[in-house]
Amino acid sequence: MKRWEIKKVLEREIESLPQGVTIPEAGTSENYITGTWRTFKPVIDFEKCTQCLFCFIFCPDSSIEVDNGKVVGVDLKHCKGCGICAAECPRNAISMIEEREEG
Amino acid sequence: MITRQVLALTGNAAVAFALKQINPDVVAAYPITPQTTIMEEFSQYVANGEVDTELVRVESEHSAMSASIGAAAAGARTITSTSSQGLALMWEELYIASGLRLPIVLVNVNRSLSAPINIHCDHSDSMGARDSGWIQIFCENAQEAYDMTIIAVKLAEDKRVRLPVMINYDGFIISHSIDRVEILSDEKVQQFIGEYKPEFSLLDRNNPVTMGAFDSLGGFYYEYKKIQCEAIDNSLQVMQEIFDSFELISHRQYRTVEKEMIDDAEIIFVIAGSFCGSIREKINEYRSRGIKTGLVKVRSFRPFPDNSYREILKNAKAVLIFDRSTTPGAKGGPLYIEILGSLYGVEKPPEVFNFIYGLGGRDLELDEIDKSLEITEKALRGEVVDRVHWISLKKKEV
Ligand code: SF4
Ligand code: SF4
Repeated sequence: MKRWEIKKVLEREIESLPQGVTIPEAGTSENYITGTWRTFKPVIDFEKCTQCLFCFIFCPDSSIEVDNGKVVGVDLKHCKGCGICAAECPRNAISMIEEREEG
Repeated sequence: MITRQVLALTGNAAVAFALKQINPDVVAAYPITPQTTIMEEFSQYVANGEVDTELVRVESEHSAMSASIGAAAAGARTITSTSSQGLALMWEELYIASGLRLPIVLVNVNRSLSAPINIHCDHSDSMGARDSGWIQIFCENAQEAYDMTIIAVKLAEDKRVRLPVMINYDGFIISHSIDRVEILSDEKVQQFIGEYKPEFSLLDRNNPVTMGAFDSLGGFYYEYKKIQCEAIDNSLQVMQEIFDSFELISHRQYRTVEKEMIDDAEIIFVIAGSFCGSIREKINEYRSRGIKTGLVKVRSFRPFPDNSYREILKNAKAVLIFDRSTTPGAKGGPLYIEILGSLYGVEKPPEVFNFIYGLGGRDLELDEIDKSLEITEKALRGEVVDRVHWISLKKKEV
């Protein structure tokens, strides 16, 4: 897949920007780290979780990680901490824990 | 050799016929008076299998423009159409279509905006969208509506342009009146518009792209707006080129600013849309009385052919600008303000007057055109007169 190097773009003349600011690369939102916006992070209690996948369906940022049809964790690079997963979980298996600086 | 085929068609039927000949990949539209009959006719062509178009019957104009954007981003030749409140409901998507440089064609049948609710013609809808980055073309009659719809496809898709184009013509007067329309053969139309090769396509799985990505502080929004403005400025020359190539197949000549009886004209009328006819009628009469009058008809409003207006108008004694919409709180209608700007810095500029007419379908009567000339002649004799006039206000009964 062609990659769009931001550095290269920065050095380009404005005329050579692709028409319609189209980026010749797909799935670029992966490079946009929205995890830094978070003040609360979801923590899943797998003792309570029944694997209903509601959290996966409701997460607006596709940040619930699923492997082999099972919820395995949260993609903290992209999770914005909106708390929707916690609110929707029918088992109250997700708690929102305040982010604190380490140490 | 040109074989002429003439049909009696309403403006909307003429446009529906043009759409049939264009055979777009996708049409997404929602009904609104006075646009509805375009889609009514076009959907019959679809139902009869006369076109290959995917007709998307959406639930609102907001969705019509959204579906059009999606279709165009997928690389489809896309056309939509609306009027008035419908165009207003498309507002936020209009900017997205132009920002993404998607060559969508929108046929806008001019109608007033509420309130009070009114279904008749004025230009408030398209004038409100003048800053949305769309090319805007005005038509005087059904023939022009037919021709410009075909031209719009080629203009929008030209590699140097790649911008959405809005065709505007007066509701009811043009859309619903039967007019003489000379049509081209299907082959001619297809040859003229050619095959559309999109720059990018969301359906091209071998070359995946991202369109409409977030561009924050530190991004390119500012640069990009500059590029977009340059693109619409440059489209003026391309528009004239396309008009010229259209003339070769149709023998109908168009200019980005249309001028008639201008060479020796001392008093020039400027107007867009169907009332050009009434003004032309009057100009002929004035000329027979020795008053040197001329007509400038608005073709391209966006981009605005600033230099051409300056060149055409600078030597006149007076310019009478007829606006079929208002800019509440500003000193006159949008066309007036635009032309005043074009004339700035001209040595001995003409006297310029603004006549607000036709709002909500109000007729512009011939004696009101006389009145505008009288006001102008008064000013030329040195009397002080107002710059902006609402010439069709109802009078108190005596
Ligand atoms: S907090 Fe919001 S963004 Fe994060 S995983 Fe839950 S639903 Fe998704
Ligand atoms: S919604 Fe709750 S129970 Fe369902 S999969 Fe997610 S964490 Fe488990």
